[in-house]
Amino acid sequence: MSTEATIPTGTIEEVEGVTPDALREQMLKGLPSKTLRKRAKQIVSNDPETPPEIGANSRTIPGIITQRGCTYAGCRGVVIGPIHDILHITHGPVGCGYYSWMTRRNLARVPEGQTNYMQYCMTTDMQEDHIVFGGEKRLAEAIREAYRLFKPKAISVYATCPVGLIGDDIHTVCRLAKEELGINVFGFSCEGYKGVSQSAGHHIANNGVFKHMIGLDDTPNDAKYKINILGEYNIGGDAWAIDELLKKCGISILATLSGGVSYDEIINCHQADLNVVMCHRSINYMAEMMETKFGIPWFKVNFIGADSTAKSLRKIAKYFDDKELIDRVEEVIAAELAVLRPIQAEIKAKHQGKKAAIFVGGSRAHHYQDLFGDIGIETVSAGYEFAHRDDYEGRDVLPNIKVDADSRNIEELDVEPDEARFRPRISPEAKQKLIDAGFAFSDYLGMMREMKKRALVIDDISHHELEHLIKTWKPDIIGSGIKDKFIIEKMGVPCKQLHSYDYGGPYASFAGAINFYKEIDRMLSTKVWSYVVPPWVKDRKAAAPEAPAEEQKAA
Amino acid sequence: MRKIAIYGKGGIGKSTTTQNTVAGLVEMGRKVMVVGCDPKADSTRLLLGGLAQRSVLDTLREEGEDVDLEDIRSQGFCNALCVESGGPEPGVGCAGRGIITSINMLEQLGAYEDKVGLDYVFYDVLGDVVCGGFAMPIREGKAEEIYIVCSGEMMAMYAANNICKGIVKFAQTGVVRLGGLICNSRNVDRERDLIEAFAEKLGTQMIHFVPRDNDVQRAEINRKTVIEWNAEAPQADEYRALAKAIENNKKLVIPKPLPIEALEALLMEYGLFN
Repeated sequence: MSTEATIPTGTIEEVEGVTPDALREQMLKGLPSKTLRKRAKQIVSNDPETPPEIGANSRTIPGIITQRGCTYAGCRGVVIGPIHDILHITHGPVGCGYYSWMTRRNLARVPEGQTNYMQYCMTTDMQEDHIVFGGEKRLAEAIREAYRLFKPKAISVYATCPVGLIGDDIHTVCRLAKEELGINVFGFSCEGYKGVSQSAGHHIANNGVFKHMIGLDDTPNDAKYKINILGEYNIGGDAWAIDELLKKCGISILATLSGGVSYDEIINCHQADLNVVMCHRSINYMAEMMETKFGIPWFKVNFIGADSTAKSLRKIAKYFDDKELIDRVEEVIAAELAVLRPIQAEIKAKHQGKKAAIFVGGSRAHHYQDLFGDIGIETVSAGYEFAHRDDYEGRDVLPNIKVDADSRNIEELDVEPDEARFRPRISPEAKQKLIDAGFAFSDYLGMMREMKKRALVIDDISHHELEHLIKTWKPDIIGSGIKDKFIIEKMGVPCKQLHSYDYGGPYASFAGAINFYKEIDRMLSTKVWSYVVPPWVKDRKAAAPEAPAEEQKAA
Repeated sequence: MRKIAIYGKGGIGKSTTTQNTVAGLVEMGRKVMVVGCDPKADSTRLLLGGLAQRSVLDTLREEGEDVDLEDIRSQGFCNALCVESGGPEPGVGCAGRGIITSINMLEQLGAYEDKVGLDYVFYDVLGDVVCGGFAMPIREGKAEEIYIVCSGEMMAMYAANNICKGIVKFAQTGVVRLGGLICNSRNVDRERDLIEAFAEKLGTQMIHFVPRDNDVQRAEINRKTVIEWNAEAPQADEYRALAKAIENNKKLVIPKPLPIEALEALLMEYGLFN
């Protein structure tokens, strides 16, 4: 393990008079024995020194009300969907296409004269007839029609569940269309049922992007410090905020996979000298494959949170080992923090000691702890929706993760160094020197090493468990997603959506951190939650808190 | 109206047996509709004198929703009504779903209504009960009586036993029952005894033993059932006897499928393994 970990001190002894162990017992109490066995592995009391083994990336138990999505959602919705100049075709009945009509707030800037296909929703609208006789002809027609209407640079095709059941060969259809139309056409066998969550879809998407896009354009790029940001999807403009910050430092981003990015950027991005990974879960496959094939090293960064952003910038500068860059980065950090610190201090003073709980994503539940921490809010419980053990316990557990039948279902690409194009970006001696000095490559320490001892870590949380958590530990704010947002708010707790950011963002980089502090300040300062009286409370007057004096007068 | 489905191992002679039996029933003056549930659409060839008709699914695809019963139903030998469900080319789409679609279509078009005056409907179903689609005729009471065509060959009996498992599953929730085994002889030693014993173990009966006779093939080459091709042939009487046996059959049971060991023991006992 690298020496980069900053293991938090202190223990969460109890919250609202209830110990983490007691709350865990409460959550598990009364479950049927099989469910109990499974959930017991997925709810653990943390130890940052030696993270305990957690059950993750396993099948959801029917009836627990999961936050998870399907494999199709992970592939089309999360990873490929945000590429704005690829025309996306969902091969299936209309519902899958309609409900994945990019509502996730991935933003894109589209150059004059180009089309933003993210605003379109194209589907083959399969009918019973196509199920019975096969949908291949229908798909071929749809691709032709799409090309005729839009003339896109590339078309990608996504298989939905029925396509997998009837065995349409979408890859052959795509190959023939590619030959016929002379543009890049490729397909993803990302049928919704393929994995235990959307995580399988991320892997399938990574494989497809790597096979069909990466390395197609070898035009050299003469920028001095060239990097790619992997696993950043430009929700609410996060990727732009990072772009702007790195530009100030003199670092060029060739491509961000895959937020606010164009097809041309992706096919040329193997010219970069470094890949930095934001969301480890959704894109670590790509980082590994690009390193093997082209020799581009990678490490984990986090631009969520002021201190994490500064740390990530410094690490990138250190990698390039150039005094000019290192100095420039320090100047930028100093200038940014000069603006940020007073705002941070003011807001922190108001909210120091409050408690958050975060249940979202495959990296966000980790990253956002830093942002909450910036303003004195401690995360007492957190968990991912679809992450694997390495995202909790760190990549050093990778050799010990049992590959079950569900994971084996997803193709692992056999990648080899590209004879003509493999070029180590850093000499083995320089790399070793960095490693000896405590610099970590291909790293992810996981969420648990950065959470306090005995914080409650809950994988794939159920509504039942969430309700116990809210009632017992009374967190001041919860970071979650749309599926549980309104349940949480009905219970009188503000909920910040950390998938879509509600209507806000960006929250990445220093500028984004300021946005987040202000947003959380607004949410915690409003009194609206204390006025919420559920409709089933009969004595509404007694349940509602006293209104302030001036309001009473007005009434 | 009696609703009958014929199942059995692929290649055992379901379509041939069904059509020859139906010929026996229509000759007796019964009103019968045959619904072929095989994507190859060859379940009515002998009654119609060739592959003469468009399948339900093809018609549905070409005509859209505007389909009349007469577009998909033809009259064959002695006014037997013939329908082919049809389906996709091998290797594409979903034939099972196709069967569901076409039976629903027939219902909507009134093919089963009282005014048609049907005495029998026969479903001739492809091979084993491989998936939900092929189980369609025994689900939801589409077919109430099942006859399984088998022979004394081991694989045919395995298939028959497996089909019985399907019947049990649907019998518990619905009305479907097993009417009996039809032994389509392959000239295996002691075949009659073996199938009779097998039927008894299953809790059913061997409803008829159809001997092997090349007249069946001769009639087939002429695109005819044996009764139509040569009404005097001895084999024609066999099919008449089978038709009568079905007409008079009252023994409808929930079968008791055998464990594999019991099935193999039965084969041993009747000397196949000598």
